[in-house]
Amino acid sequence: MIHIAVYFCYISVCLSLLMNIWRLYIGPNVVDRVMAADTLVINSIVLLILYGIQTKTTIYFESALLLAMFSFISTVAYCRFLMRGDIIE
Amino acid sequence: MPEIPANVWEWIVIIQLLIGGIFVFIGSLGLLRLNNTMARMHAPSKATTVGIGGVLVASIIYFYQVVDEPYRVFPAQDLLIIFFLFLTAPVSAHFMAKAYLHKHPPQEDDLPQPSNGCGWATFKQLPTNHSTHSR
Repeated sequence: MIHIAVYFCYISVCLSLLMNIWRLYIGPNVVDRVMAADTLVINSIVLLILYGIQTKTTIYFESALLLAMFSFISTVAYCRFLMRGDIIE
Repeated sequence: MPEIPANVWEWIVIIQLLIGGIFVFIGSLGLLRLNNTMARMHAPSKATTVGIGGVLVASIIYFYQVVDEPYRVFPAQDLLIIFFLFLTAPVSAHFMAKAYLHKHPPQEDDLPQPSNGCGWATFKQLPTNHSTHSR
């Protein structure tokens, strides 16, 4: 019964990834594109956790943690570059 | 305390997974469909955070209660991911809003002037002789 819910989540997360890629393509300004990239990484974390539930292993959760950290750091670095023109002053 | 049967845990995991999937979908739909950038900022920073929280709670309950015995662990990485994401999602949304306001400064003509002589946002320096109690 759980695998049906996992497949439902796979479908909805993959549709979300497609919508994020569309927003990354059409985004009117650069902040939209930063936001779409951030949401892409968060949705791929959900995808990794669903794959871990499906294959009954916790080994992918550490890579999900690394993805979360890199998403935050890259978003902050990009916004700081937009605001200041430099990342580390 | 009575033992909760495995069937009930399984249904809790299913409901959490459904909540997570639906909220992740709503977050990305809001990112695609809302009509300006400051409105679009709400959807990934709130709905997607709830969605990923639902999926992570489902994963914790699944690996701690539902799964068969040789795979049963407590996934501490999931707790760390929840902690980290719930801590950093508002911070990154705030940074994106600041970057947007820096790129597109707001029109202050429509707004009423504040009484203390300063502007509205953080773009202007405070006057040097400014004190909050002066009338």
